[in-house]
Amino acid sequence: MADPEKPEPTRRDFLYVATGTTGAVGTACVAWPLVDQMNPSSGARADAVLEADISAVKPGQQQVLQWRGHPLIVRRRTPAEIAAARNVRLEDLIDKLARNANLPEDAPAIDANRAAIPEWLVVVGVCTHLGCTPAASTAEAPQGSYGGWLCRCHGSEFDTAGRVRTGPAAQNLFVPPYAFLSSTRIRVG
Amino acid sequence: MADGQPIYRPKHGLTRWLDSRLPLPRLVYDQFVVYPTPRNLNIWYTFGAMLAFFLAVQIVTGIVLAMHYVADGSLAFASVQNIVREVSYGWLIRSLHATGATMFFVAVYLHLFRGLYYGSYKAPREIVWILGVLIYLAMVATAFLGYVLPWGQMSYWAATVITSLFGSLPLVGDSLTQWLWGGYAVGSPTLTRFYALHTLMPFVICALVALHIWALHVVGNNNPAGIDVAGEQDTLPFHPYFTVKDAFFLSLFVIVYAALVFYAPDALVSPDNSSPANPLVTPAEIQPEWYFLPYYAMLRAIPFKLLGVAVLLGAFISPLFAPWLDSSKVRSCRYRPLMRWFFWGFVAACLTLGYIGSQPVAAVLHLGVASLPLVWVGRCATLYFFAYFWLVMPILGRIEVPDPTPETIAQPVLIKEGAA
Amino acid sequence: MKKLLLLLFALALAAPALATAAQPPQKQAWSFNGPFGTYDRASLQRGFQIYREVCSACHGLTYLKFRDLAAPGGPGFSEQEAAAIAHSFQVAAGPNETGEETDDNGVRLQRPATLADVIPSPFPNQQAARNSNSGALPPDLSLMAAARKDGVDYVYSILVGFVEHPPKGVKVKEGLNFNPYFEGQAIAMPQPLTSEAVIYADGTHASLQQEAHDVATFLAWAADPQMEQRKRLGFEVVAFLILFSGLLFLSYRKVWKGK
Repeated sequence: MADPEKPEPTRRDFLYVATGTTGAVGTACVAWPLVDQMNPSSGARADAVLEADISAVKPGQQQVLQWRGHPLIVRRRTPAEIAAARNVRLEDLIDKLARNANLPEDAPAIDANRAAIPEWLVVVGVCTHLGCTPAASTAEAPQGSYGGWLCRCHGSEFDTAGRVRTGPAAQNLFVPPYAFLSSTRIRVG
Repeated sequence: MADGQPIYRPKHGLTRWLDSRLPLPRLVYDQFVVYPTPRNLNIWYTFGAMLAFFLAVQIVTGIVLAMHYVADGSLAFASVQNIVREVSYGWLIRSLHATGATMFFVAVYLHLFRGLYYGSYKAPREIVWILGVLIYLAMVATAFLGYVLPWGQMSYWAATVITSLFGSLPLVGDSLTQWLWGGYAVGSPTLTRFYALHTLMPFVICALVALHIWALHVVGNNNPAGIDVAGEQDTLPFHPYFTVKDAFFLSLFVIVYAALVFYAPDALVSPDNSSPANPLVTPAEIQPEWYFLPYYAMLRAIPFKLLGVAVLLGAFISPLFAPWLDSSKVRSCRYRPLMRWFFWGFVAACLTLGYIGSQPVAAVLHLGVASLPLVWVGRCATLYFFAYFWLVMPILGRIEVPDPTPETIAQPVLIKEGAA
Repeated sequence: MKKLLLLLFALALAAPALATAAQPPQKQAWSFNGPFGTYDRASLQRGFQIYREVCSACHGLTYLKFRDLAAPGGPGFSEQEAAAIAHSFQVAAGPNETGEETDDNGVRLQRPATLADVIPSPFPNQQAARNSNSGALPPDLSLMAAARKDGVDYVYSILVGFVEHPPKGVKVKEGLNFNPYFEGQAIAMPQPLTSEAVIYADGTHASLQQEAHDVATFLAWAADPQMEQRKRLGFEVVAFLILFSGLLFLSYRKVWKGK
């Protein structure tokens, strides 16, 4: 719209630029609600807290709950599994960070940082590679060579503390924010 | 069109490459930048752009609502409550869509009345007009289908009453309504198919709008003087003259829209639609949305069902014949001293019908000592509605002596400037 | 079905003749009227107290969740207070470890509600609700203030409108109560509120009018919980649009200058 023959900016140019800018800002503001509506609704956010009774889980077993739509593994570890997890040296791990939402980000991946109460390991059952659910070892059918979990999609193996030990996954299974409300009741989220 | 129109010359390699393969920039340049537009278009000609704007608003907000809405009889009402209460900005988007429908109809009615007043339906714009009426009819269908979706009491009973109209058809009536319902009454299958059709209609409307604009740009805009463009001095390029003009009046219109959305979102919604659909109880007063009230009044004015339906159908399709019914050589009512009055009578008839539709069926108008049942007023207004198309248009053109029309569009503009 | 439309017309014609028309509701001054009105938090909290102690015996608020009580623009309870309120309500529990949904007596297992639960209806289904209320169905109150014309005034008027003895010549059917603001002037609900039906936690004197005012305010919020956010955003949007229109007007005048 500006007259190309006039080199210096005129009041007319300024007016057009101001009008166009205001319109652009207004359009951008309108776009936000249209984008934000796809985020989890207040209902979905509020439902992201899970309380569950885990008294039925026996040593060497696990219970799979659903938290934020993902499987949440609550495993009651045997003394042998705890010992196996404690005997691993930190330098042998692929991922040396605890990945525990209850601890600082740089906490090392020692077993005590993975399971605050040694008997109970609480991890999100989502392989850190591409999101499949790893299969759990049982006494009869071990999964992978580390006594923990095996992701059948791409072969990542996890130990009894849910730490990745072989390939393509690069991070340990995440430990969600959780707390024991009593010895048999857990709150996640 | 006009000979002096600048020619699109792509400056860069990329635009030259594109121009020889898909000349989209050329199309935009020719049709929306340099497109020669009569310079005397007034405010009533800005509603076309407004309609395009509201079509876009309805499509965008509609897609967003479709991401959250559940078209199932047992879940629909609750899903709308979920949108309003839980989804981020859901209350805003829902209100934009519902109020957007109202603004869309305000704009389309003003656009239609403008077309009638300035004779925009007359040759050579018959097809522009017919496509416009078809767009309006598609909007009516879309609005009705959409009104059913919240699945409140008014939604349910509106669906029942309107689909029951088809039951008046001889022989096929009953089987046709059952086919529409997917059951023996309006129910969940009806809701789900109405939802599917409601989401289909915008595609139909968009296609019709594309044809409408195409046909318009072939023959060029009509204008308040109703005379043909004689040359370059009569027109201005669409951009920036009409883009900025349309934008300004659109902005004013949007202020009204925003005021409704934010301060009176329920002003035009019946309270009964806040109660979930209940097939066992009809609300005490059922009433369509305001933009259907004139038709509702016509329907109620006719005491026989089949005839009522015929009148309704006639009211929808009569405007389609306007290009051939109007016998006048002059387009604009500005130069038709008699037609002008009949036009305002037509507007008054439509408003009267709208008012009657909003009143209880047994309402009576008291004029001093005399009292007049509104249903009789409705009958007179209905009669006038049809007479306007089928009697006034053909007859008046033959007997009316039009005022002299200006030689060119530029002439009255220049005279006005000279005087000022 | 052919006859349905005619039937509807007949009903519409007959309705005023059959039922005694309701009186228009008493108009009250509400803190949330007008473009800048907001909800009176103290009134909302008192209104909720009445809902909890009186209304919730028969009516649910099933489009609201307990966490809404702590949401911005609402009654302004803290999250802890809302959680404690939730805990005091019982909702149907999911199946227990052995898959049972009822106890040995066939009674539905229950658990205390959490913030994420809806404010429940006291009845498990409509039949049970009707059965406990001699055939009448106590409506859900979430949208009551929106589902009637002048809904807030209507709620207020119904609550203060009960009269012990109907006027002469008005016969009220057995089991119904005279209330001039209700459609047909006879309502199944017995008078729910009386003066000092509750003892307000904040010490306000609980007159009938005060109670009706508070619970109507509460239900206005329940039906329109985003009102405050809506009006705030509306002010910003309209102010912006006026500015933008002003700029467009100046641009429009410049562009058209001399044309």
